[in-house]
Amino acid sequence: MSDELYQARIVALAKSKTGAGKLAAPTKSARRDNPLCGDRVTIDVRLADGRIAEIAHQVRGCLLCQASAAALAATAVGRDAAGIAELRHDAERAVGREAGKAHAPFDAFEPVASHKSRHECVLLPFEALKDALS
Amino acid sequence: MSFDVGAVRRQFPILSEIIDGKPVHYLDNGASAQTPLAVLDAVRRYETTGRANVLRGVHRLAERATELYENARADVASFLGVQPMEIVFTGGCTAAINLVSHAYGQLLKRGDRILISELEHHSNIVPWQLLRQRSGVELDMLPVTTDGQIDLGALPRLLTSETKLISLAHVSNVTGALLDVRKVVEAAKSVGAKVMLDGAQRAPHGPLDLNALGVDFYVFAGHKAYGPNGIGVLWARPELLEAMPPFMGGGSMIGRVTLAETTWAPPPRRFEAGTPPIGPAIGLGAACNWMAALDWTATHDHEMGLVQRVLDGLQKIDGTQILGPASLQNRYPVVSFMLDGVHPHDVAQTLDSFGVAVRAGHHCAQPLMDRFDLDGTTRVSIAPYNDNSDIDALLTGVRHAANTLR
Repeated sequence: MSDELYQARIVALAKSKTGAGKLAAPTKSARRDNPLCGDRVTIDVRLADGRIAEIAHQVRGCLLCQASAAALAATAVGRDAAGIAELRHDAERAVGREAGKAHAPFDAFEPVASHKSRHECVLLPFEALKDALS
Repeated sequence: MSFDVGAVRRQFPILSEIIDGKPVHYLDNGASAQTPLAVLDAVRRYETTGRANVLRGVHRLAERATELYENARADVASFLGVQPMEIVFTGGCTAAINLVSHAYGQLLKRGDRILISELEHHSNIVPWQLLRQRSGVELDMLPVTTDGQIDLGALPRLLTSETKLISLAHVSNVTGALLDVRKVVEAAKSVGAKVMLDGAQRAPHGPLDLNALGVDFYVFAGHKAYGPNGIGVLWARPELLEAMPPFMGGGSMIGRVTLAETTWAPPPRRFEAGTPPIGPAIGLGAACNWMAALDWTATHDHEMGLVQRVLDGLQKIDGTQILGPASLQNRYPVVSFMLDGVHPHDVAQTLDSFGVAVRAGHHCAQPLMDRFDLDGTTRVSIAPYNDNSDIDALLTGVRHAANTLR
């Protein structure tokens, strides 16, 4: 139900603003837009030996997109592209696009599963990070 | 006549639905309005007692279908104050603008100029950008004032002898601002330009007199005007329709086809290639008749009373800001607002949990969002069947979003 969507964990993730901002000297950056809703995510990463040493994001989008970017920033450091893909599976599981149980922090997005129009809000930061790592 | 909102509401079956335990507070009429029984009945009558193709059969069902289809054209024409043969049925408002951009666009040459504005819907921007790519016409943009109106003060600066067409929203789908058509038409005449109005947000609010407005093209969508999906209208002055070549080729739009060449049917059939959306056209005719039967002085007062209730209520919620005219002057019942610290999609999602349907986002007007450096707005769009309970549910939901999401 819609009134259960904005549960405390999602709101807390968004308000944490973990990783919000820019990096002073990013190795790579990428920006992704959702043309349907206009949400925009820009991700900066600093890489060391192919792994993320630092990450920052700028989100012009909804609370779900902000929360997802914060969750990603909280878990991305130390991972390479394959490690980020694992996190994405977690997010996909949370919104019901893949079978299985999502792990924290992405299990917070389980209430989004019944709102198909909002799945992309959760996944947009992953798309931007995938571009940054490609 | 006066306005009885309860009597109007009873004509819209969807308004008495309970969905997930909540009543329907439908305030997304600017995207798609609901349809009254009169429209549903007209479409059902055609589908169950007169379904056939038009113009090309001699059997009685075909004759009945053709008669219903042409009657619908006459009903739409009557609603717009014009002649039936000046009405072209299209697949929608976007299709109508694309028709003009192709057909009228063929009469333009490299270096001719088209004037639009920063607040246009993408459907009144992109077709002209595509025409620019095809034929080398130039595009000029009227700016938008801080209260979301097209800045007509810039007309003298932007109009030139090369300007051939001014194409503007009659009512903004974001800010609700009403265009000063007289001023635009006067300016256009001074340089010999034609005027097209995108009436998608104006047509659902009462009959028009297009000849009195003095414009040259008018387009609107059926589904926003209480009609079915998949139908739109282009009206153009007969001499323009006569001058324009076809946009699409196929059946019905021909005079005579040989393997060597084809001649065109006269308008409006020249622009209705293939089997038209017959049922939707009949439904739109019924919708125009339904609208024409309302007392629009009272109906407009009712709608604008609800706008005032929205404006007053939002003003009492900390951190709200209106994008558009602050008063009832120069506006129609479309209200966009921002809630500080809460994204419009989150406002809209919260409202959904109160049974309130609104639209949030860029509203297919990204240049306008860029103009105000906005991610989007939450948009309330009102129809005659809305009442105080809809607005009160809206305001309750916005207060809830303000209290829980920031």
